[in-house]
Amino acid sequence: MSDTAITSQLNQPIALSYRSAFMLILKRDVTLAFRHKDDIINPILFFIIVITLFPLGIGPEANTLSRIAPGIIWVAALLSTLLSLDRLFKSDYNDGSLEQMLLSPHPIFILVLAKIVAHWLLTGLPLIFIAPLLAVLLHLNENSYGALMITLLLGTPILSLIGAIGVALTVGIKKGGVLLSLLVLPLYIPVLIFATSAIDTAAMNLPFTGQLAIIAALFFSTLTLAPFAVSSALKVSTN
Amino acid sequence: MNSTESLNQPLLEANNLTCIREDRVLFESLNMQALPGDIIQVEGPNGSGKTSLLRILAGLSRPYEGDVLFNKTSIGKAHEDYHQNLLYLGHLPGVKGEMTAQENLEFNLSLHGMAPENAEKTLAEVNLLGFEDALASHLSAGQHRRIALAKLWQSKAPIWILDEPFTAIDKLGVKNLEAKFLQHANNGGCVILTTHQDLSFPENRVKKVTLQYRFFK
Repeated sequence: MSDTAITSQLNQPIALSYRSAFMLILKRDVTLAFRHKDDIINPILFFIIVITLFPLGIGPEANTLSRIAPGIIWVAALLSTLLSLDRLFKSDYNDGSLEQMLLSPHPIFILVLAKIVAHWLLTGLPLIFIAPLLAVLLHLNENSYGALMITLLLGTPILSLIGAIGVALTVGIKKGGVLLSLLVLPLYIPVLIFATSAIDTAAMNLPFTGQLAIIAALFFSTLTLAPFAVSSALKVSTN
Repeated sequence: MNSTESLNQPLLEANNLTCIREDRVLFESLNMQALPGDIIQVEGPNGSGKTSLLRILAGLSRPYEGDVLFNKTSIGKAHEDYHQNLLYLGHLPGVKGEMTAQENLEFNLSLHGMAPENAEKTLAEVNLLGFEDALASHLSAGQHRRIALAKLWQSKAPIWILDEPFTAIDKLGVKNLEAKFLQHANNGGCVILTTHQDLSFPENRVKKVTLQYRFFK
């Protein structure tokens, strides 16, 4: 490249598109996860193991199992998400990629949103596919399957979004694992309560739209607000 | 240098910076200006605040007091505009072991709005030809640093802030980098860097900012 070419390029605005920035990060995070399969398999395996242990511990009585099935599935989903949260920003923080992202000309919330979506695709989405199979194991009431799927579909993204705020706040701390659980778990409780209540209500053949509406409201409010909270938290953590 | 009218307009200006870390004052009321064509070497012993200064200039850290101005606006207010004109490389190369050298560079280039198609050509510039498809985890520390530095060959940003760019780079690599810095400065850019090595530029070409190690008071 000749000298004059560089001079003419200096100070020129760069063409940016939110969409391409979003896709860039999403593609990278998914690629990275597939090359490091432990990260994907670990939370899923945890989810399966916890749920299969309950019938063994409690006994195979159908009535008891179907009574506690919604709670078990949701608590397991919650804990397995918590288990996977750490990798959201930790490795990027440790190798300096996070700094580069914060200094990129793209708005940070787009990059953050892409990372959260990638996290959900790799941890939340697989749970939704496995959950109905495990629900059979727990004799979940057959009227409840629809409610289980819908609550998981709306609820697991909330877990990723809220969790991202916690990780962003604790990423600079060497051993932030305990702090992360303390920060994040209380915020997960509303989702847990309304999701299990929706599944229970569905089992009694009653409409559960009220609970769904609240979960949906939680979803949309975290979807719009969490990326901004995460961006600010990351700026504080890297300070 | 061609753009004479903008020559005296500072690209980056630091006013009255004070930095405090762990109750220790690293520097106080520091003023500096980076004009087009400047190569500024920040020097000082370990722990004197060189990295802190560069991070404040890049907008990664907030100073305790003072302000960094780009285009006469504080960088906190115009950070997207500023980041389009900034290239910062920190201590850590930001290279992912799970991705190949070329994938790493392609991502880095696209993240900063540069064309990823040139990645292969650029890797050749930093002597990584033949390592395009090698996973970065199989490469050495110096090669990681080279992947990170490869961005310099594509960058259109006038302000370069580089923290220890020569770490783990061999002698020939250092020479190439120095030539690159000089070329960038001659094209109207500015380079702010820290290094413990002596730069081979003529004495009057390099401006020095010296930080002292201060003890607790």
